[in-house]
Amino acid sequence: MTIGLGHYLTVAACLFTLGMFGIFLNRKNVIVILMSVELMLLSVNINLVAFSNFNADLVGQVFALFILTVAAAEAAIGLAIIVVYYRNRGSIAVDDINMMKG
Amino acid sequence: MVTAFFFYLFSTLAIASGACVVLAKNPVHAVLYLILTFFNAAGLFVLLNAEFLAMLLIVVYVGAVAVLFLFVVMMLDVDFDELKAGFIKNAPIGALVGGIVLAELVALFAFQGLTFAPGKIAAAAMPSGLSNTEALGHIIYTKYVFFFQTSGMILLVAMIGAIVLTLRHRQNVKRQSISEQNARSPATAMEVIKLPSGGYNVPAAVKPKTEAAE
Repeated sequence: MTIGLGHYLTVAACLFTLGMFGIFLNRKNVIVILMSVELMLLSVNINLVAFSNFNADLVGQVFALFILTVAAAEAAIGLAIIVVYYRNRGSIAVDDINMMKG
Repeated sequence: MVTAFFFYLFSTLAIASGACVVLAKNPVHAVLYLILTFFNAAGLFVLLNAEFLAMLLIVVYVGAVAVLFLFVVMMLDVDFDELKAGFIKNAPIGALVGGIVLAELVALFAFQGLTFAPGKIAAAAMPSGLSNTEALGHIIYTKYVFFFQTSGMILLVAMIGAIVLTLRHRQNVKRQSISEQNARSPATAMEVIKLPSGGYNVPAAVKPKTEAAE
């Protein structure tokens, strides 16, 4: 039994859906929402690396590398914002984030 | 056969721990499940002959991002039970949207079929006889050097942004002022007092310098 591109794409699709589901499920907890976003980015990386392997083209891995970089930067900034927000308001509930009335 | 076994092992564990990330009651457990997911994804990357990215995933995600999450979860004294309220209420709509997306993706594979045709000309064909790391290095530092530098810039901006956001100048903290210490001379530090024999001198209380004067 050979493992083809479709197998990897299915795994990535499942992980992406799980991340999306997590955003809806944990609507009040910003930290878990950030973790769900990380999960979605990971599934995108799996897609890119799978295509890179099956196409014998290294560019997919270069793309995955850049996504990894941006994900790390995004996590650092997001967590910094959460820390500052907690310091100011004493809570990280999403419902309380309404100062900008957006 | 062995590849298939490891593929199913890694992918099952990755999806199961991914589900645990979103379902875990305790955020610390969620972070630990996230680490497990990353490890299994790294295993999948190894199966896909992307060893460098697999190691990078472990170093960057497990070593840095997940630990960052762990620090923040443990540092913030948040009542997570309260944040869990509405967990059940939001579940149906989440399941609906997630189910629709998954159904769409699966329908794409199932009905359209994977019309997978490798490109005639690869943008950066995998060179033979080179390790994955070496091959990546050859194209990152030549063809994609501008993007590589840009990603370094992004990391720099993120680092400065995170520091600026969380930096806080505390009042009432005694700090050492090197320049002030160096500027001290006998003329400013000492005072010669003429004391008559049998007399005494009580020095006036020195007013402590306020933080604002700094």
